[in-house]
Amino acid sequence: MSSITLQNLVKKYDDGFPAVNDISIDIEDGEFIILVGPSGCGKSTLLRMIVGLEDITEGDLLIGGERVNEKAPRERNLAMVFQSYALYPHLTVYENIAFPMRLTKGKFTKEEIDEKVRHAATMLELTEHLERKPANLSGGQRQRVAMGRAIVREADAFLFDEPLSNLDAKLRGQMRAEIARLQRELNTTSVYVTHDQTEAMTLGDRVAVLKKGLLQQIASPRELYEQPANLFVAGFIGSPSMNFLPGTVEGNIFSTPLGKIEIPDRAAKAGAGRDIVLAGIRPEFFDDASQLSEAQLSKGTTFTAEISHSEWMGNEQYAYVSYETDERVQETLRNLAEEMDADELRTQLVVEVDATSRFRSGDTAELWLDTRRMHLFDPGTGENLTRDEEAGAELTREAREDRKRDAERFVAKQS
Amino acid sequence: MASNGKLTGKQRLGWTALTIVVMGYALFPVAAILATSFKTQADLGNASFLPSSLTWENYEMILFGDAQGLFLTAFRNSIGITLIATFIAVVLATLCAYAIARLNFPGKKIILGTALAVSIFPVISVVTPLFNLWRNIGLYDTWLGLIIPYLSLTLPISIWTLAAFFRQIPWDLEQAAQVDGATQWQAFRRAIVPLAMPGVFTTAIIAFFIAWNDFVYGISLTSTEAARPVPAALAFFTGSSQFEEPTGAISAAAIIVTIPVVVLVLLFQRQIVSGLTQGAVKG
Repeated sequence: MSSITLQNLVKKYDDGFPAVNDISIDIEDGEFIILVGPSGCGKSTLLRMIVGLEDITEGDLLIGGERVNEKAPRERNLAMVFQSYALYPHLTVYENIAFPMRLTKGKFTKEEIDEKVRHAATMLELTEHLERKPANLSGGQRQRVAMGRAIVREADAFLFDEPLSNLDAKLRGQMRAEIARLQRELNTTSVYVTHDQTEAMTLGDRVAVLKKGLLQQIASPRELYEQPANLFVAGFIGSPSMNFLPGTVEGNIFSTPLGKIEIPDRAAKAGAGRDIVLAGIRPEFFDDASQLSEAQLSKGTTFTAEISHSEWMGNEQYAYVSYETDERVQETLRNLAEEMDADELRTQLVVEVDATSRFRSGDTAELWLDTRRMHLFDPGTGENLTRDEEAGAELTREAREDRKRDAERFVAKQS
Repeated sequence: MASNGKLTGKQRLGWTALTIVVMGYALFPVAAILATSFKTQADLGNASFLPSSLTWENYEMILFGDAQGLFLTAFRNSIGITLIATFIAVVLATLCAYAIARLNFPGKKIILGTALAVSIFPVISVVTPLFNLWRNIGLYDTWLGLIIPYLSLTLPISIWTLAAFFRQIPWDLEQAAQVDGATQWQAFRRAIVPLAMPGVFTTAIIAFFIAWNDFVYGISLTSTEAARPVPAALAFFTGSSQFEEPTGAISAAAIIVTIPVVVLVLLFQRQIVSGLTQGAVKG
């Protein structure tokens, strides 16, 4: 177990393109870090730089305080689970798991190897498959063999490169829980690359969001969700994604294509004097005004809008409100959609309301908006104008404490 | 084709007939030589396919009789030279193909291009200068004198087949091995070579055939029994008098030289299994 420190890491390819650009992250001992971003953001490259499969162009990589830039992968004592699993097809499951130990001649006795392999197999419920070849296993079983091979190493850290992307949805959920459990039990520093934000939000102690080789924000999932640093992070995290409503702030009134909305002082101050800003509003910040109490209503603002269509999901309901977007932010929104691998520019608001609300297409509904939670963004720079640094830091600090408590609880349970 | 993938009765009949025709066309010469090898000297001109009486005298002649010296030494030369040439070609080609498939180095294209150029260069145009050169440096009529030109025949095709094979092996496997603590050599030997084995065997057999079947180098670069391989030696068989063609003996020898090839294929048939890489990565 070790800490991993990335100091201003840069990866430039021969054509001068920086796939990873000046990234610094401090990964604590035992921490679970997720690298997330759209395809081509450099997350896999960064992982491969840590493990030693890609050269580092500039910057320093420290594992356990020691600089390892020039060390070969085998000298870094890290274990990696590949997206393709990379099992050795000519070896049985047993031999696949034992492979790393067989390479270190004389370090382990036969009995030790056998014990470790069987222990890992028990943890991963592979005992009855030990004599089978990888070709005869299901996707989930192969995935577990790849995990087993990583576990027996007693490596300083685990690196995962989209390990679940080849599994079907149900299995993915199972394995996600499995990986979370194993990581907590072993308390091994882990770096996990994914483009799936469910994995990012559920597994990570902290999540690093990358875009085009640049680190956008690294924080606990809660901080990312509540206090995103910029437009990209705000749009990328969360599903359905955040609505971006253009408008101008005058005093405490925010004029939008949907009408005038009253906003709190904090937002009013941040948006004051600007030509145009983008309000970031998550779908659940809205609600059906007719279902709320007076006390609740007073905490936000109500406005009316025509519902263009609605989707009833059983546990919740999505309503869509179309609006004419402002020309001045069209370019920004189009770029944002492109960066997030999203298909198109949306000029409709997604509103999440209670499943019991009876919204139909064409209805004019009274909607309530929790203005305390919305953020204002600068459409030019993408910067979050209303970000509360302290509140965000507090959320990440809490996540860190949670992790420590988890680890302690597990140690206590063991002894 | 029927939509369910099975053949209808008519189609099956057609395919069977076609197969028989092709097989007959391909195997008739072999059968003719086999039949001839059992004919007596007098029987050779009888214009019938089968010998009128079976005789082993041709086999006796080349294995124990007058032609024994000529045939058996040539047989030994052939086996020795071909095996050595094949072995060297496969080892060199494995390393070379691995480098070509995995590494990016300057001159990679040139190596592949040169290999291709060498393999399409007509043997007959090289053999005369080679004959002079070999005489001057003392390689004429030696095993080494044949092994080197055989390498020029077998190496290019071995490199091309193996490079194609290596490209199919997922690179992840090698990287996984390296992360697991293997040196580059260990990763190659323990993760890549076992997977490449079917390709290596296939290549070895192809290389063996090429060297085994060579005639031009064999007859031009040798003069005595010291290095003469079987295909060349057959041309030096003599009958019991100068008016007799030793057709029977040559047929018998031809059958015998076919045996190692058949044995090789049967032996390695099991090794040449495809689909060994299945399950390495997601299915």
